[in-house]
Amino acid sequence: MSSSVLLQTRDLSCTRNDRLLFEHLDIGLEAGQMLVVEGPNGCGKTSLLRILTGLRLADGGEVLWRGEPIDRLAGDYFEQVNYVGHHDGVKHELSCLENLRLARAMGVPSQLDLDDVLDRVNLYAYGETEAGSLSAGQKRRLALARLIATDAMLWILDEPFTSLDKASMAMFSVMFEQHLQQRGVIVMTSHHDISLPTQALQRLQMGMTS
Amino acid sequence: MFLLRRDLLLALRNRAEYAMPLLFFVLVITMFPLALGASPELLARIAPGIIWVAALLAAMLSLDSIFRSDFDDGSLEQILLSAHPVAVLVLAKVCAHWLVTGLPLLLVAPLLAEMLGMPVAAQATLLLTIFIGTPILSLIGAIGVALTVGLRKGGIILSLLVLPLYVPVLIFAASATENAATGFDPSAQIYMLLAFLFLATSLSPWATAAALRMSVS
Repeated sequence: MSSSVLLQTRDLSCTRNDRLLFEHLDIGLEAGQMLVVEGPNGCGKTSLLRILTGLRLADGGEVLWRGEPIDRLAGDYFEQVNYVGHHDGVKHELSCLENLRLARAMGVPSQLDLDDVLDRVNLYAYGETEAGSLSAGQKRRLALARLIATDAMLWILDEPFTSLDKASMAMFSVMFEQHLQQRGVIVMTSHHDISLPTQALQRLQMGMTS
Repeated sequence: MFLLRRDLLLALRNRAEYAMPLLFFVLVITMFPLALGASPELLARIAPGIIWVAALLAAMLSLDSIFRSDFDDGSLEQILLSAHPVAVLVLAKVCAHWLVTGLPLLLVAPLLAEMLGMPVAAQATLLLTIFIGTPILSLIGAIGVALTVGLRKGGIILSLLVLPLYVPVLIFAASATENAATGFDPSAQIYMLLAFLFLATSLSPWATAAALRMSVS
C-alpha cells in the first residue's frame, strides 16, 4: 500500500446477534477522498462506521490510520476523528454556544471563532438558546457544527442529512467539499442523493450477505 | 475540568431531579423515630447505622444519572471519542456527581444526627465518615452504572451489583461512628476508609472507562 493512504481497513468483518454483517472488507482512503456507504437498512452501515471510529471492536481484521492500528493509537487517533452518529450528542440543557465550547474542549479547537461556526450553519441567532428548544433539523445542524468547531481530519458521519431541509443539505455538501479540498477524509452513510465532486468519491455498496 | 463544569451546570439546570435523593435521605431517616416509637436511647444507639444505610440508598438512587442522560443523547460517544484519556473525564464526572449528591448529605447529616439524639462526640466522626465514604460510593457506583447503562432495565441489576460492594464502606463507617459514640478511638476505621478511598480513586476510573466502552459498543 502506498503511504498516502490515511484510513485503511484490512479484512474487516463484523457479526451481530450471530448474523454475519460483512467480511473481508478492505477500504483505502487517501487525503481528500470521501467514501459513501450505501445499502439497505440493517446491512451493517452503522456498525461499520462505529468500527471505524473505534467505538466498536471489529470481530475480525483491523482498522489502520496512517498505517497504524487505531486501537494502539487511541487518543492520537481520536483527536483526528469527528463523529456524528444517529444521536446528535447535543446537551439539551446547554445553549448552542455552550455545546460547541464543550465539543472544542474535548477535541482540538479549530481557528474559527464560535460565532462564525454558528453563522456557517445558520444558527447565529440561536447562540444563547437552549439546545433543547431547537427543532430536530436545527439540532442536527448544531451537531454538524462540531465538525468545523474542531480540527479533525477524518469525519465519520452517520446519516448526516437526517431531518435537514434542502437548503441545509446543500450548505453541508459545500462544507464537505471544502473539507475534502483541505485534504480531509470523509466517511458517511446516506440515503439521500448528494451532489458531490465525483473524482474524490468512492462508493461502497453493502448488501445482505446471503 | 470543563466536563466537571458542564456537569455542575447541567445539575444546576435540573435542580429538581438532583434534590430528590437528598429529600429521600431526609425522609427515610425521619421514618425511623416514627416507626420505632419514642425511645431516645435506642435511637441514639442505632443512629449511625440508620444514617449510613439511608446514605447508601440515596446514593443508589442518584447513581444512574452519572451516565444515563449522556448515554441517551449520544454525548457519551463523544466523550469516549475525546482526545483526552477517558479515565480522567470519568473522574471529572464522578467528582461532579459527588458534589451534587454526596456533599448535600454531608450538610444535612448534622441536623439528622441531632434529631436522632446522637452524642455530640460521635457527630464529628459521623461527618468525617460521610466525607470520606460518599466519594467511595460515587466511585464504585460509577463502575456499576457504566456496566448497566446499556441495558434497558439496568436499575435493579445496578443495585444488586453495587450494594454488596458498598458493604465494607458501611461496616467501617458505622463502626467508626459507634466507637466514637461509646468513647473509643475510631481512627483505625477512619484509616481503613481512607485506604478504600485511595484505592477506589485510583482504580475506579479505569474500570469505569473500560465498562463504558463495552456498554457503548
